[in-house]
Amino acid sequence: MKLTLKVWRQKNREAKGAFETHQIDGISPDMSFLEMFDVLNEKLINEGKEPIAFDHDCREGICGTCSMFINGRPHGPKRGITTCQLHMRSFQDGDTIVVEPWRAGPFPVIKDLVVDRSAFDRIIASGGFVSVNTGNAQDANSIPVAKEDADDAFDAAACIGCGACVAACKNASAMLFVSAKMSQLAHLPQGQPERRRRALAMVAQMDKEGFGNCTNTYACEAECPKLISVSNIALMNREYLGATVKSDE
Amino acid sequence: MSRFSGFFSSSIGKKMTVALTGLFLCIFLVVHLWGNLQLFYADEGFALNKYTVFMTTNPLIKFISYVLYFSILWHAFKGLHLAWQNRRARPVRYAVTNGKANSIWASRNMGLLGTVILVFLAVHLTNFWAEYHWGELPYTKYVVDLGTGEILGTEDVTGQGYSEKGFVLTDIENEQEIHVYKDMYKVVEAGFQQPLIVLLYLVSMIALGFHLRHGFQSSFQSMGLNHPKYNGAIRWVGTVIFGILIPIGFATMPIYFYFFHTT
Repeated sequence: MKLTLKVWRQKNREAKGAFETHQIDGISPDMSFLEMFDVLNEKLINEGKEPIAFDHDCREGICGTCSMFINGRPHGPKRGITTCQLHMRSFQDGDTIVVEPWRAGPFPVIKDLVVDRSAFDRIIASGGFVSVNTGNAQDANSIPVAKEDADDAFDAAACIGCGACVAACKNASAMLFVSAKMSQLAHLPQGQPERRRRALAMVAQMDKEGFGNCTNTYACEAECPKLISVSNIALMNREYLGATVKSDE
Repeated sequence: MSRFSGFFSSSIGKKMTVALTGLFLCIFLVVHLWGNLQLFYADEGFALNKYTVFMTTNPLIKFISYVLYFSILWHAFKGLHLAWQNRRARPVRYAVTNGKANSIWASRNMGLLGTVILVFLAVHLTNFWAEYHWGELPYTKYVVDLGTGEILGTEDVTGQGYSEKGFVLTDIENEQEIHVYKDMYKVVEAGFQQPLIVLLYLVSMIALGFHLRHGFQSSFQSMGLNHPKYNGAIRWVGTVIFGILIPIGFATMPIYFYFFHTT
């Protein structure tokens, strides 16, 4: 395959970035999008140029590290997959592909296609955890969990925190991510002791980071590689309202 | 910050207030449409003029109208505030976006649609609401048969010193009621003879349809109501009733008066 790539290049956080155009040839349709970038970077290195910086880790769609806004969509044109699972057969020979980093105030570009997503870490640190007492682990069956709750918690827990929801949202809102993290704990007995505190703290941190407000376009759900449902956002709205009414904080 | 004021300044609190005021405005639209359909009675505006007096004098309606003015202002300005904040959350825009791949057009343009409706409201209230309260309106006298309720005759009584919104005298001897009203019907009739006004109304009703097609179901999601049991019903009401039927109902009025009505 022969492709034209328009890639965002930016030296560092402060620098002003710009698009750079690359022609690339000999790409196999069975390569992943990241492998195509590997080929391009090898070419750049051989030419003595700076390779394009991009995030990647597991390359099997479960770590949430890879990003890339491809032709106007996070993780490219396919539904329910990350960029590392996107294959070049999803494109036509001769295509021009525009690749940008995630764009959001709270996700500043570090270099080229790499953005700083530590805002997500700070939201988790604010309340996305459960306190566990030390000692022997309880027998699993001593805490009954309804099958429906276990399913809902598991579906929410599938979130890999990649940030595609923020990238897709026209408001750069992080509500799908935050709601998934809140929901997985709100559905389980282990999440109950800190439930109200968690709802208030995570929303406060989310707002403090400067993410936008949700206007229910549901672009996040459509673009989420793990197909997290916006029903989690409705749950978070209920959690937050309930916590406001009931919490002593 | 207390948890109460904290709620209203949080992202979730703000959108809940926009959702609640929006739903209240939806209920208002139903009542407003139902009342205004009296324009179509062939009674030279008798029913509508009588209704207008009721709607502007009844204490309960008056109270609700203040809630309504507040809701309109809150919904509009909080909505615009949110839209402004949301733009700021992405200081560097994308070069290429493909919104239609993941969301409906109306959902991405609520600020624009709402602004069209806000401009419409300013014109609408100036033309009719302000005109009724402070304008020089024509007056019409209706003579009504006490027994049958039939209108026996109407007379233009403009400029005969009336200043009240309306009154009724009973003529027992002739078994008649004499109604004198500020003639809102004539104001509407004249307003909808102007092509630019009619065009603004039609464009605004299209904007309203798109705004509600997203807004109605979105307000339930914001209130935390999302369940497969009733999502379908909410979506249907939002699309068919509020997105299509109600805007069409309102649009029939300027269309009727401009194209089909003869005075």
